[in-house]
Amino acid sequence: MGSESESVMEEKRTNGGWFAVGMRNGIPICLGYFAVSFALGIAAKNVGMNALQSFVMSLTMVASAGQFAAITLIGAGAGVIEMITTSLIVNLRYFLMSCSLTQKLDPKMNQLHRLGIAYCITDEIFGLSVSVRGYLCPYYTYGITMVSVAGWCVGTVLGVIVGNILPVWVSNALGVAMYGMFLAIIIPPAKKNHFIALLVAVSMAASWLFTILPLVRGISSGFRIIILTLVIAGIAAIIRPIPDDPDSDDADGTEAAHPGDEAFKEELTDPVRTAGTQISNSTPEIERDTQNFDGSDAVQEKEAFR
Amino acid sequence: MAKVYISLLVMALTIYAIRLVPFLFLRKPIRNVWFKSFLYYVPYVTLAVMTFPAILTATDQPLAGGAALIAGLVMAWVRGDLFTVAITCCVVVFIVGLIF
Repeated sequence: MGSESESVMEEKRTNGGWFAVGMRNGIPICLGYFAVSFALGIAAKNVGMNALQSFVMSLTMVASAGQFAAITLIGAGAGVIEMITTSLIVNLRYFLMSCSLTQKLDPKMNQLHRLGIAYCITDEIFGLSVSVRGYLCPYYTYGITMVSVAGWCVGTVLGVIVGNILPVWVSNALGVAMYGMFLAIIIPPAKKNHFIALLVAVSMAASWLFTILPLVRGISSGFRIIILTLVIAGIAAIIRPIPDDPDSDDADGTEAAHPGDEAFKEELTDPVRTAGTQISNSTPEIERDTQNFDGSDAVQEKEAFR
Repeated sequence: MAKVYISLLVMALTIYAIRLVPFLFLRKPIRNVWFKSFLYYVPYVTLAVMTFPAILTATDQPLAGGAALIAGLVMAWVRGDLFTVAITCCVVVFIVGLIF
């Protein structure tokens, strides 16, 4: 990536700019969602749901495994209690992701955005949002979500309407787009940090074992994700705690000044940066700008320092 | 008919509540080092667990999924670009489908 384009982009990133970058980064998610939700639409049709019902479901839930569970429950005519408990279990990982993403929010952000961002929490949108350097601009998440959910809803409706018309090779090819994206998020940090590389390898191996070992084989994929995430990330946090930020008490958003924390941020940020989004820059003073979404006061501050 | 919409409403509200609760109640930076570290590692573990072995069954040929996994790993290691890696995986699946 040329430093020239970075400096151009870094001068000002407005809410609209973040939204646009989000929409761009949402494209691979949209493709993957389209393929997955197409299958979802076919499944919905099989239990007697129509296109409108399927559309409402996809728009309000935006949860792959959760929706497959929902379709099954509706098909089986399940009771309310069962619907609630099953939804809680299958979607519990979103709770962890929400917890994680709260730490990326600017305390000065309009608190109503919390309601909006909560809607956007899916594995993929979370993955992109959490890997932004510094504070998360809500409009970045909204941009990703708009494109992704559009693909999700359109795919669902088409699945209901045209059923099995999509050629197999198309759905096959689209089906792996999301996994490619996951790899692009977790591998570049693993390249720099061997502990993360080990973590990724152990996670994949454990996940694989859970699908073949006798007793645990029956565990659903949603539950498998929760159990392995809790156990592996929990142990990793004991073995290798991330450096604590000594000055984190002053909540003025200048954590970029602390090199210990910076090293870790960089790892998590890298996939987004190398994706050509020019979100980040290696100099701390520019980072200050990106943390202020309205931008203006940060620029002034910077000028004042000179 | 109405029962389907009521079911959808119940489950959609449940799912939204799961996502919303942390945003409502977790307003301050987390001080606990273990919990901070835990949340830092969560996305890596979650995404790794979701990718493998699911990628093998994402297509109707495990071979194509496996090839996509390897190509994706290599491409992510070399370039790390979201879109490039995703497209690479798609193309590899397409090519494997043509050959076999």
